[in-house]
Amino acid sequence: MSSDTLLSIEGLSKSYVAHRPVFADVSFTLERGEFVCIIGHSGCGKTTILNALAGLDTASTGHIFMDGREVAGPSLERGVVFQGHALMPWLTVRRNIAFAVESRWPQWSRAQVNEQVEKFVTLVGLAPAIDKKPSQLSGGMKQRVGIARAFAIQPKMLLLDEPFGALDALTRGTIQDELMTIVRQTRQTVFMITHDVDEAILLADRILLMHNGVDTPTGYRPGGVAEVVVNPLPRERTRAGLHHLDAYYPLRNDIVDFLVGHAH
Amino acid sequence: MKNTNLKAALLSALVFVVLVAVWHLATMTTATPASATGMTPEQIEYARMLGKDPTAGAEQKGAGFPTPAQMAATIGKQLSNPFYDNGPNDKGIAIQLGWSLLRVGSGFLLACVVALPLGFLIGMSPLFHKALDPFIQVLKPISPLAWMPLALYTIKDSSASGIFVIFICSIWPMLLNTAFGVASVKREWLNVASTLEVKPLRKAFRVILPAAAPTILTGMRISMGIAWLVIVAAEMLVGGTGIGYFLWNEWNNLSLTNVIFAILVIGVVGMALDLSFAAIQKKVTYVE
Repeated sequence: MSSDTLLSIEGLSKSYVAHRPVFADVSFTLERGEFVCIIGHSGCGKTTILNALAGLDTASTGHIFMDGREVAGPSLERGVVFQGHALMPWLTVRRNIAFAVESRWPQWSRAQVNEQVEKFVTLVGLAPAIDKKPSQLSGGMKQRVGIARAFAIQPKMLLLDEPFGALDALTRGTIQDELMTIVRQTRQTVFMITHDVDEAILLADRILLMHNGVDTPTGYRPGGVAEVVVNPLPRERTRAGLHHLDAYYPLRNDIVDFLVGHAH
Repeated sequence: MKNTNLKAALLSALVFVVLVAVWHLATMTTATPASATGMTPEQIEYARMLGKDPTAGAEQKGAGFPTPAQMAATIGKQLSNPFYDNGPNDKGIAIQLGWSLLRVGSGFLLACVVALPLGFLIGMSPLFHKALDPFIQVLKPISPLAWMPLALYTIKDSSASGIFVIFICSIWPMLLNTAFGVASVKREWLNVASTLEVKPLRKAFRVILPAAAPTILTGMRISMGIAWLVIVAAEMLVGGTGIGYFLWNEWNNLSLTNVIFAILVIGVVGMALDLSFAAIQKKVTYVE
């Protein structure tokens, strides 16, 4: 384990049915400041892995270490952006984020909390909507609030569970850009689930490809991480310039081939 | 929208006028003066000596069901002096109403104190839910008045027994709705609270309570409605004070105008209680 390893996952598996684990023997590490995406078909256990990292779910076997200490339950060190934004509808944007900030720093004064809230709301470009309720916001804006909430507690790492899955392509693109900017600025370590190959290529330094569990003539083979693709594209890539890069298409073809090849 | 409201108001007024008119016509025939019954002055004098005043009687009670005019006079008289107190059997309507509201309020508050925490417990713990469910299912369908003898025997105070009956009838909707509301708080909000390491008490008050508040308020509103139904019957039973006792007392006095007046007051107050809960409910309801 190198000194810059933030998170290491060792031999993780999860079974809902005995002897037929959804995935088994999943091991990987996350370096500090690294952006890792995980891609795979539905049901391969991506969300389970993310929930295990978040501490919301427990794996059947295996261990997760963060900074050398075993993860045992949820923690403020790991911020989560949920698939369905998970904002509390009875609170305004300001109060939603303040709730998180107050949980992180209970000793802070109201002014300090407010300052932090406004800083991160501005960061995602929602300052004009800060005193609105989530029901008055569009889907993209809600997801931005979710991202601001996760960033506002300044966790050691961020876990994103397919955060843009429910958004239209245009909105998704804008928020991807925003997310990339913030992550680069804050050197945040991120682990993200996605279904979108281009999204993974744009954002991730490394891409984990997962395959589902299958029944083979020799018996059941559980799912797991089949391949780890290191993104060869320069870190300064942009969404608009992505498809002009030489290495883009070979990389994309690689990943799509993998996904199609494992489409069971 | 505004147009509909106006039309509805006009229609309501029309219905009211028609009802009063029908009432007036229906009572007019029976209210023919009894003084012109063809009694000779001697017979009238004789009746007076026996303590029956045929002419006065006709004016006072009419002959049976009160007319709208008599009703209006009674309402005016009762409302002009609602706070008088001429001893145990003759108190102003406001005092009677005050007693009823006091009993309903105390019983309801007691029920809140028990039902809300217990509902939280049942809603959050499947174990408690399963364990307490049989008790709730058996106790819930019991008519609250069935508890009255037990309450009178053990508490030995009629007013406190009334409060107990209100308590026992308002506890169930509140308990069940609280449990349901708490149990159906969205998993994702609880996950947010967990990842933020929110302490259990803070989670209960800042996440679960506001999330379940609309459901809890629905339970409270139903409870209040039932409590107001039950208090009238309970006070008829135990007597002493209150709007229910007033109603029964006026029946014993054969004063139908006062009985109708009491019915109207019960209706109006019940509506006011319901509206106030509707207003609170609106405040805590959120749009997802």
